[in-house]
Amino acid sequence: MKEKITPEVFQRLVDLAALELSEEEAEVLRRELNNQLVSIEVLEGIDIDEEVEAASHGVPYPPERSPEPRKDEVIPDPHREEILDQAPEREDGYYVVPDISHEELE
Amino acid sequence: MMALCDLPAFQIADLVRTGQVSAVEVLESVLDRVRAVDGRPGSLDPGGMSPEDEQYIHAFITLTDELAREQAQEVDQMIAEGRNPGPLAGVPITVKDIFTVKGAPATAASKILANYQAPYTATPVQRAIDAGAVMLGKVNLDEFTFGSSSESSAFQPAPRNPWDTTRVAGGSSGGSAAAVAVGEGTLSLGTDTGGSVRHPASFCGTVGVKPTYGRVSRYGLIAFGSSLDCPGPVARNVTDAALFLKVIAGPDRRDNTAATVPVPNYLDELEKDIQGLRIGLSEEFFRVTYFDAETGELRQNPIPEEIKRAVMSVAGFLAQLGADIVMDVPLPHTKYGIPTYFVISRVEASSNLLRYDGVKYGYRAEGDMGDLRELYRKTRGRAFGEQPKLRMLMGMYLSAAQFEEKYYQRALRARAMIRSDFEAIFDPGGDYALDALLTPTTPSTAFPIGGVYGDSVLMQYSDQLTVTANHAGIPGLTFPTGFDEEGLPIGAQLLGPDFSEGKLFRIARAYERVTEHEEWRQRRPPLLENVQG
Repeated sequence: MKEKITPEVFQRLVDLAALELSEEEAEVLRRELNNQLVSIEVLEGIDIDEEVEAASHGVPYPPERSPEPRKDEVIPDPHREEILDQAPEREDGYYVVPDISHEELE
Repeated sequence: MMALCDLPAFQIADLVRTGQVSAVEVLESVLDRVRAVDGRPGSLDPGGMSPEDEQYIHAFITLTDELAREQAQEVDQMIAEGRNPGPLAGVPITVKDIFTVKGAPATAASKILANYQAPYTATPVQRAIDAGAVMLGKVNLDEFTFGSSSESSAFQPAPRNPWDTTRVAGGSSGGSAAAVAVGEGTLSLGTDTGGSVRHPASFCGTVGVKPTYGRVSRYGLIAFGSSLDCPGPVARNVTDAALFLKVIAGPDRRDNTAATVPVPNYLDELEKDIQGLRIGLSEEFFRVTYFDAETGELRQNPIPEEIKRAVMSVAGFLAQLGADIVMDVPLPHTKYGIPTYFVISRVEASSNLLRYDGVKYGYRAEGDMGDLRELYRKTRGRAFGEQPKLRMLMGMYLSAAQFEEKYYQRALRARAMIRSDFEAIFDPGGDYALDALLTPTTPSTAFPIGGVYGDSVLMQYSDQLTVTANHAGIPGLTFPTGFDEEGLPIGAQLLGPDFSEGKLFRIARAYERVTEHEEWRQRRPPLLENVQG
């Protein structure tokens, strides 16, 4: 069976997922992806009636089972400092990151 | 005399509430057991495995014994003041390390979250603690729950099966099931996205519940497949599982998918008879369907005879108790459960995993970074293991604009068909009008460590009999039915309509009662033979 995820397609996915991979790792992952795709392709063979709609979840949520929408109100989190303390690098209440890719406009 | 750590949860809670034993005594008994059987906890830098390592369970990533002691003392203090700590008074529990608990690390068994300290507590954990439970620690799992053996954890050694430590504990809640099976905590909170509570529970000879989607809040659960994820109990008996689910279930203002359906007191119905209940068997669950890796052709194999016999024997007992057993129930889309899951779970995972970027929390790659994109790539490349990488890449591929209709939309429609299969057999006015479906839980008993790991397709197929319940959102319960010739536990599964957990508990409890004196019920994991108490 012809490989669907070629090295070129794979590279595009790696860029989208923002991953840096070694060559060896990339080869293993690409092979596994192609193996999995064989299993996925069988979905094409299922006889699905045109009227069947996509189900984004299994259990229905009629109004009586669904929580009422919450009021739009601010509830300050008491753990602000603890949350910010998780950052690898911070300064004056901001997260510090390297340069954000950009182009200088003329 | 049985050690306190081997008693059922309902009995411990009773003894503690009536002042016959203290929560601290129970905790000490459990900590003794952990010291005797667990060996070293999972770590990012484990070095080599020694022959001694292979004798232990390795259920834990983090033991929170100090926190547990404080909680136990609080429970005892309440008792001393004449107050009731709640239905789980002094019951020691473990939590799969995919839930946040304030003051403890929440690693998801991944390097990318290894240093993350949760600033808040997940709703189901909080509810257990508010009911008097004592949290012992965070237990191991497949990285981000991605697997069916717990071997993919970045924290090694991975959990081992208490009935044979050369075998896997199953997954992804392998630490939960292994811990409960050997008395390292009486209950554990796991999660089930494609079978991750029921699969290891079955492999380790325990009870495991995947509640109806929306029955238990997902607040504080590190997300995998948001439309499939369900927190659920692992216990050593049906009553304990029912007790635990009652405590953690119910609506939550922090999770809008937590349904506003009242939580029944499952214990009230538990001992009622099962006379006249209609319980189905389906051929679809007594075979495994594979798709040939070369040609994509459909291949079917019967499940092992021993497993089939075990499930049929359960049906025999239930019939003796007055249940109507209905044969040949059609569930024609069962065989598409795994392909459909390959699509939906990967697309959802890839979306959920994009938040880990080395900026706000967790691991950040060191060294000179040219720009932010490079920081993302290096951080994610170095700290995610193989499974998260695979799942993200697959999710990206399947949801790409040009393939979305062909794969993702089609999988969502296949899910609707899987759901209709179940609606048809549970419809009270339909041809089958079933109260529950009885099936094997897994297509094999616990496989050897390293036996399947590395083949991501074969590993996924281990969830074939559990995954359709996740697509449909319906509840599932696994319970032990005995052992195979190699001494490994065999589990059977009950599936039912939405929010029918109470009835599933009742059926499983009826079976448990009638088999109470069977020889296999008296067995204990072999490694407990040399343990005091």
